[in-house]
Amino acid sequence: MDSKNSPFILSLLAFSIVLLIWELTVRFSGWSEHVFPGPSIVIVSFWELIADGTLFKHSVASLFRVTAGFYLAMFFGIPLGIFLGRLETARLFLNPIIQFLRPISPLAWIPLSMLWFGIGDKPAVFLIFLSSFFPLVVSTTIAVSSINPIYFQVASNFNFSRSEVVMKIVIPAIIPEVVTALRLTVTIAWLVVVAAEMIAVQSGLGYLILDSRNALRMDYVMDGMIAIGIIGLFLDNIMRKLGRTDSAFWGSVA
Amino acid sequence: MPFTSTFIIPCSIFCGSKNVSEVNLFRTLKCYEGTRTVGHIVIKNLKKEFTNRRHVRRDQDDPNGFGKSIPVLNNINLEFEKGEMVCILGPSGCGKSTMLRIIAGFDTSTSGQVLIGGRHVKGPSSDNIFVFQHSGLLPWMTVWQNVELGLRHMEDNEEKKEKVQEYIEMVELEGFEDHYPYQLSGGMQRRAELARAIVVNPDILIMDEPFSGLDFLTHMKIREEVVNMHELFGKTTLVVTHDIDDALVMGDRIVVMSGRPSGVKLEKKLDFPHPRNFEKEAELRELRDEVFLMLGVSYAV
Repeated sequence: MDSKNSPFILSLLAFSIVLLIWELTVRFSGWSEHVFPGPSIVIVSFWELIADGTLFKHSVASLFRVTAGFYLAMFFGIPLGIFLGRLETARLFLNPIIQFLRPISPLAWIPLSMLWFGIGDKPAVFLIFLSSFFPLVVSTTIAVSSINPIYFQVASNFNFSRSEVVMKIVIPAIIPEVVTALRLTVTIAWLVVVAAEMIAVQSGLGYLILDSRNALRMDYVMDGMIAIGIIGLFLDNIMRKLGRTDSAFWGSVA
Repeated sequence: MPFTSTFIIPCSIFCGSKNVSEVNLFRTLKCYEGTRTVGHIVIKNLKKEFTNRRHVRRDQDDPNGFGKSIPVLNNINLEFEKGEMVCILGPSGCGKSTMLRIIAGFDTSTSGQVLIGGRHVKGPSSDNIFVFQHSGLLPWMTVWQNVELGLRHMEDNEEKKEKVQEYIEMVELEGFEDHYPYQLSGGMQRRAELARAIVVNPDILIMDEPFSGLDFLTHMKIREEVVNMHELFGKTTLVVTHDIDDALVMGDRIVVMSGRPSGVKLEKKLDFPHPRNFEKEAELRELRDEVFLMLGVSYAV
């Protein structure tokens, strides 16, 4: 067996077994096929949803929210993390507040976010932002404070200015850890968007699932779930590729 | 500008010119250069203490308990001449690296002074480049970018490229310019760090155990390269090592420190020609035995 192909073949095998178990469970359970549809029905409705564009429309809506919230979290979270990592007083000042807010589930923020941002894209983006912001700040702060002090000594040895230290030492040094944090955070963000969409919006994969359940189309519900899984896999893949670039790869080898 | 004022005012006294504005800056620098011995190091009454920050008390009257100061360097007085290769030996933990870091400006002393070229050490600068024991190269930069570090402000791109290439070839790393440190062996990393240190033409080169972690053959080869570089460039070089033979083979001056709190046990100028041969030079052989004994190692085995 060609060693290059066998991972692919093995995962294909795994998925086939899962499909088989699913089909068998459906056949031998007492539930009707409207309540718990088997893979054959689900796959057919999957193509239906793709054909009439609803799947695409809702996927794009969810992806847009995740991207917007995620970028906002990166834009505010990473610089704040660097700031806290470098300045001890700032950290002592802000860290307790961050640690207090962090365990509050983004979903608990739903009532407040609906109050502040209404219904639609904005509350969802806010929730994504919250769910990504705290992990990013914390990971970045830890990454900055664990930079080997030798690099700062090298910097002072070669007369680095303050901005040079940030641009040429701090930022490149934390990229590997930040990329790992981004990978984990994207997963969380994707989880949260689906939950957020079940409550506050009129589009998106979460909404699709809720709406389909209300219409008693369980096959559409499962299609939504499959779409969520596929896109989640795809997002993780992108992040993994990011970790293989030159600026991040040295971190996993050193 | 602070730079010009520190040079112009004392120089105007030496050059006998009353009108400071008449003194051309170039002449000023040349005049001052002569009175200042670049690369001359004086260490006076150096003391360094660390405060114990351990929180758990070991026992009631622990002399090294929390809050107590641990003396590491005790009244060090040394003087190194310009262009010398000084090898500093001592048992581990005696504070050799601490002293080196104080000289380089990374740490401050508790009391005492360090004067380089007649001026107090205020902090790190690119006049004295430190070569670290390990991981001194920036791992997110290639060999080329690391070596270029000191020259990054050079305006002439062509000249900069030539210089960097020249020094990379000097340490025999041509072909590896675009490699990252993790792709290089320990010896190659050391060489790259050497190139980075020398390319800026520092007054002083400071090396903290430069051969640690290297296999024997690489150690020998790089030791040879360091000595050759010293012969070629003639910079004041301070090397901290725990290897007695290294110190005796490389150094123009050898300093042996005692255990903590450390003082200077031995300071001797070595006037032997290179290549150093222990068999031929009896004095060297005796010195070697003496140093071994001083460091508490007798080799009856």
